[in-house]
Amino acid sequence: MSTDPSRTRWLTTAIAVTLGLVLLSALTGFVGLPFAERGSPFRSVWDAICSSAGLVRNRLVTDVVGPSGYTTSAVVLSADMLQKAGAESIGRGGTLAQQCTMCHGNRGLSDATIPNLAGQYVAVIYKQLQDYGRGARTSAIMSPRVASLSDQDMRDLAAYYAYLPRLPPYHPVAAGPAPLIVQHGAPMRNIPPCATCHGEVDHKVGTPWLEGESAVYLGSQLQAFASGTRHNDISEQMRNVARGMTSAEIEGAASYYASQYPPER
Amino acid sequence: MLRSSRLILAHFWLAFGTFALALPLGAWQMLVRSPLHPWISDPEHYYRSVTAHGTVMGYVFPTLVAMGFGYAITEAALKRPLIGLKWAWAGWLLVAVGTITALIPVSMGAASVLYTFYLPMVGNPFYYIGVVLVVVGSWIWVALMAVNVYAWKRANRGAPVPLAMYVNVAGSLLWGWTAVGAAIELLFQILPASLGLTNTVDAGLGRVFFSWTLHAIVYFWLIPAYIAYYMIVPRAIGGRLFSDSMARLSFALFLVVAMPIGIHHLFGDPQVGAGFKFVHSIFTALVTLPTFLTVFTISASVEIAARLRGGRGTLGWLKALPWDNPMMLAVAMSFFMLGFGGAGGLINMTYQLDQSIHNTQWVTGHFHLIFAGAIVIMYFALAYDLWPHLTGRAFTDLRLIRAQLWTWSIGMITLTFPWHWVGILGMPRRMAFYDYTDPANAPLALSVVASTIGGAILVVSAALFLIVLIRGHLAAPAEPAEYRFSIAVHPPQVVPVALNGYGLWVGLMLLLTAINYGFPIANLMGRHDTSVPVVHIGAGK
Repeated sequence: MSTDPSRTRWLTTAIAVTLGLVLLSALTGFVGLPFAERGSPFRSVWDAICSSAGLVRNRLVTDVVGPSGYTTSAVVLSADMLQKAGAESIGRGGTLAQQCTMCHGNRGLSDATIPNLAGQYVAVIYKQLQDYGRGARTSAIMSPRVASLSDQDMRDLAAYYAYLPRLPPYHPVAAGPAPLIVQHGAPMRNIPPCATCHGEVDHKVGTPWLEGESAVYLGSQLQAFASGTRHNDISEQMRNVARGMTSAEIEGAASYYASQYPPER
Repeated sequence: MLRSSRLILAHFWLAFGTFALALPLGAWQMLVRSPLHPWISDPEHYYRSVTAHGTVMGYVFPTLVAMGFGYAITEAALKRPLIGLKWAWAGWLLVAVGTITALIPVSMGAASVLYTFYLPMVGNPFYYIGVVLVVVGSWIWVALMAVNVYAWKRANRGAPVPLAMYVNVAGSLLWGWTAVGAAIELLFQILPASLGLTNTVDAGLGRVFFSWTLHAIVYFWLIPAYIAYYMIVPRAIGGRLFSDSMARLSFALFLVVAMPIGIHHLFGDPQVGAGFKFVHSIFTALVTLPTFLTVFTISASVEIAARLRGGRGTLGWLKALPWDNPMMLAVAMSFFMLGFGGAGGLINMTYQLDQSIHNTQWVTGHFHLIFAGAIVIMYFALAYDLWPHLTGRAFTDLRLIRAQLWTWSIGMITLTFPWHWVGILGMPRRMAFYDYTDPANAPLALSVVASTIGGAILVVSAALFLIVLIRGHLAAPAEPAEYRFSIAVHPPQVVPVALNGYGLWVGLMLLLTAINYGFPIANLMGRHDTSVPVVHIGAGK
């Protein structure tokens, strides 16, 4: 069989044509096209080949693109973190929380425009404390108080507040359908529904439940995200959402959540 | 009647049964995101439906059609009983069990990850295990096709392998290799994450592995339709196949260039270098070659049939064609849709043009036109052609068959042409809700309504299809003549060794895989900073 000359001809032709095409397209794709553009950033052919192959190398341009002028959140969250708090941790948290009662209430419920913390997700409280501590979130009142807390203090405080029962808030409860922005979002403005992360449809780790929070607080936080004065959201999620929201949508979402009962555990 | 008709019928009925379940889901999806229906409020229901529709239509239905048709070809072309009948049943059972295993978690909402998996989303492990079982079942078929052709070649040394079997085995080998990419992703990335053994995953690498499967799977879907073009159409309309060698070469070329081109699905992905994207783009352009060869050969074969029937003139012969023959209708409609779908495909594979339609509804419209249109209509046609040989009963009502083929084409065109259009207008894909009251979206509304009507027509057409098949079982018994395939104008006495075996073509396929995929995969695997946390879908809150 190996003596069949047509067999050898097919073999060599097919391989030659294939490799020829590979070579031609590779030369065009790895060398020709990178230099076809005016002002090509490549210093040498080897640079162009490595870049076209997808190799990550030392940047030709040394400026690192990233946020400047403020600190970003450094907390890494996972679904199962801080889930197994012991009684000791909750007890320590309760003692530490004595310093917080002036604003956040005796049992984690505020009667002013300060956030309610009772029964909030443990990861949420821990993340916010960390962010205050690191300076990713700033507040004239919170920042100095958090500065002296250790990581364990923050874990204990989070465990304590997460442990408290979720009680109905002091705000009047109104019936009525959820606003469009909560239920549908605004797809063409790239705004997902609030309910896909904050509960009802789905819940994402590190995202608080909002029911019963003060409408003033919720509205001011959305405004702060929109203006960029609050910037401890991971990957700019909330800033991107809030920037696209109208004032009416911010007000509607805030007063809707303020008037709801807390979710069941 | 074919000896293994029970086996083949089992494949076809499981295929068409699951198809009938999944089709209304598609029509429902079109309806609920059209302006005709209020928002369903829970996007998860939508994605659950998309996952079920895609899993059945992408993995189960075409695989079973290819398997059943492959067994029929093996027996009819080689004119000897199928070797490995028990193994074939085992393969069928695996596909059946896999389908049920996969669809239970999907219907419970525990795996709404879409059939293309989309790492880092991860659903219930049973979904993936079910898909793996389907693939393993189909690999048994791949092995059986190879065993049967090998045994025949040993018994008939030097003789040309019957064309139908040659092209059928080419298709099975293509599937055998192309399924490996998704299998690697499932076994080494998704299942460990889904079972909780790992909590991070390299989503970019997963997408590269999936692209290995994702493009050539379309050619695997296409192969039964192409086999029907070459092996059934000329015979059914009273003509001859224009060229045996052209047919062999087309399928050999599919084997070589259908697979190492998948990165053109990742033009928008940052983890693959632009050079490799360009190389894949060029090789995608090459895959048009076997399709152009096919269009030429089949048109020439059809012209031969027309002239044998007394057709005259440059184009006057078109009138002499047997337009009341369902196979003639099917191939004409299939070519019409293939022409538009193919042109759309050329746009997708062109780096710059792709930018304007990437991740828009255009893409969804495109693969429905090609697969559900050009390809599936040939599945119907080949089922109609085979059915009397499987049931031992003849169809009596060709009008119903013609009505079914017409409604399918009209429905598919009404569905997909506006679907492409809204993509050009910028409508994104993979979204559950569109607010048509927004001035930016209002121009989409009419087109989406048209698509919804197209979807409804397709549901009616699918019902007609099932009615025809069921009536085929109930008709009066009539012993059919021997099942045979088209004969070439010049039946081959000898064919070049290269076109009688697969060694050269499989070798080139492996070589191109190594060249076009080797570096991007090795590059990503060698890095330790590319993994992201797994996102569990359907997990407790």
